[in-house]
Amino acid sequence: MKKLIAAAIVAAASVGLATAASAGTLDNVKAKGQVVCGANPGTAGFGVPDQKGNWTGLDVDYCRAIAAAIFNDPTKVKFVPLSSKDRFTALASGEVDVLIRNSTWTMSRETTLGVIWAGINFYDGQGFMVNKKLNVKSAKELAGATICVQQGTTTELNLADFFRSNKLEYKVVTLGTSEEAVKAYDSGRCDAYTTDRSGLAADRLSMSKPDDHVILPEIISKEPLGPLVRQGDDQWLNLVKWVHFALLTAEEDGITSKNVDEKLKSDDPEIKRVLGTEGKFGESLGLSNAWVVQIVKGVGNYEEIFERNVGPNTPIQLTRASNALWSKGGLQYAPPIR
Amino acid sequence: MSVESAGRPSEAKVVFYNDPRVRSLFFQLILLALIVALFWFAYDNTVTNLKKRNIAQGFGFWNVEAGFDISQTLISYSAASSYGRAFWVGLLNTLLVSFVSIVLATILGVVIGILRLSKNWLIAKLATVYVEIFRNIPLLLILYFWYRGVLGLLPEPRDSIKLPGSIILNTRGLMMPRPVLADAFIYPLVVFVLMTIASIALVWWAGRVQERTGIRPKTGWLIAGLMVLVPSIVFIVSGAPLSFDVPVQGRFNASGGMTLAPEFVSMVVGLTTYTAAFIAENVRAGILAISKGQTEAAQSLGLSHAQTVRLVIMPQALRVIVPLLNSEYLSLTKNSSLGVSIGYPDLVSVFTGTVLNQTGQAVEMVSVTMLVYLTLSLLTSAFMNWFNRRVALVER
Repeated sequence: MKKLIAAAIVAAASVGLATAASAGTLDNVKAKGQVVCGANPGTAGFGVPDQKGNWTGLDVDYCRAIAAAIFNDPTKVKFVPLSSKDRFTALASGEVDVLIRNSTWTMSRETTLGVIWAGINFYDGQGFMVNKKLNVKSAKELAGATICVQQGTTTELNLADFFRSNKLEYKVVTLGTSEEAVKAYDSGRCDAYTTDRSGLAADRLSMSKPDDHVILPEIISKEPLGPLVRQGDDQWLNLVKWVHFALLTAEEDGITSKNVDEKLKSDDPEIKRVLGTEGKFGESLGLSNAWVVQIVKGVGNYEEIFERNVGPNTPIQLTRASNALWSKGGLQYAPPIR
Repeated sequence: MSVESAGRPSEAKVVFYNDPRVRSLFFQLILLALIVALFWFAYDNTVTNLKKRNIAQGFGFWNVEAGFDISQTLISYSAASSYGRAFWVGLLNTLLVSFVSIVLATILGVVIGILRLSKNWLIAKLATVYVEIFRNIPLLLILYFWYRGVLGLLPEPRDSIKLPGSIILNTRGLMMPRPVLADAFIYPLVVFVLMTIASIALVWWAGRVQERTGIRPKTGWLIAGLMVLVPSIVFIVSGAPLSFDVPVQGRFNASGGMTLAPEFVSMVVGLTTYTAAFIAENVRAGILAISKGQTEAAQSLGLSHAQTVRLVIMPQALRVIVPLLNSEYLSLTKNSSLGVSIGYPDLVSVFTGTVLNQTGQAVEMVSVTMLVYLTLSLLTSAFMNWFNRRVALVER
């Protein structure tokens, strides 16, 4: 019996210590042969599996871009659908390697949760959706309204702030998942539904009558969404960060999945550095020097990802707006690869 | 035995490490030390690892402003209140929904349990169907059924059902006039309490008289007069200090008055219908455990059927039922944590849900929540054990 207990303690201790002193995430990922990504369980355009289990979405393609950079194969990924409540715990505990799941970058999250953002892949803001027949034109008219919201998000806090700062009364119904919140709103339990505007555009599609609903013009918060990793592994942070910048740089330099082979012959020194025909930028990340070629061949550049998942030709119908490149009046800006 | 022990030298010299008491003490101490070490290790490991990963720890968040709203609050709460306050709001919501559901489930369960034993074939079968349906469906589905399937079919605020007495029913809930008490309401209230005490004394006195003389004095009308008439007169004399805040249809929904939210109703109805099926089975088991001879003996004494059930069967059946009820009450309280799925702000939803996510301190939140449920369960058990001792058969 005593031996058994002692063995159990030693086992528990070694498990605890093993997780505590985990090796670099990149080495782990390479050993596993796949990138494990925390994904959105169901927001059209950002992360959603179809009936066959094929994932699509902007965040999903970011995960594939990381896999393409490491393995030259965008399919070497595993998606773990996470609710808003569980996502940070899943990342901090090592269940996923990177969390790309419409997660808002805030100070308190970065200073208390042990996580760090690698960039902003979508500039968003919170908005409201109401039924057209209520004839509401502005969120300021929502005094006395009942509002459905998903639990465990910045959305809950912004909602309270908005009504507090405008001195308006309202009633809140807080539901566990976004699906439940959308259903409650759709069934008439609430007058308005609030979440990030990209989410509103996606959730509108799942309403029983999508055309009955309008998104109000107000943007009540800044919601910078982006991929995040655990603190304390700078190599992995750099990798995720520069995959994001590579996608932007590829768009800026006009490198697309269609013309990347052609661009490899280019004499432009900037393009040569990006595509790895000059310099050893890939190696400095622990990757092959053709890492950007692999990413672009695998998933395209930022523009292609955006247009494919949430752009005007998709059901979500979002324009680039703040997410346009800095050179086209937007906020997306990548430091130079040099 | 006595012969054997007498034959053994009583002053046998045993080395101290062969003394069974010393040995058992020694091993128990070792076990205790190991358990303490294990807990200390788990604690230390957690703290060290959280620190290493820059994850906040401790209860510093307790007095920090929460910044989110809660739909149902029994104590005053706003987004400016603290996380600690939100904890109490959630806890009280859990207690409220559990208490109301326990009372209703007990009543419904006892009725159905008795009906299942009815001699009327149709009634007995209907009760069986009820038990089999609700016992075999997961509670979460039952909650969805009531919330989306039944209450979700209520009309939207624009087409509200208007009931007499300014009561409005729609998909946002049941809105009723809220009584507003003026300061002078204290007079009729105090009088009512005094009259209640007087009535209880009267009933006690009537019981004493009955014991002594065998005839029970008629007190019914007197009690009615004390409890209803006297407080009513005081109420009118003190200027009818009661008014009603009536719900008024606004742009989105009725405002004012008081609202019975569909989330709360769904929780109560869901927990009640589900748990009642189990309680019904316990009641049935308890009644069947009483031998038929008891009924026959009671009938031969000339007791009516109702008297037989009330005075002979039930007191004995309770001995079997009460311990079983205890565990039903415990599971009902724990099941109330499913509230978040239909938007009911119970402890798990508010504290282990929203607060956990805003602060990110999962270890603290989950420990506190576990401790709360443990405490609630132990308190319920303690109460039920006390009640069980009261109804237990006193052997003479």
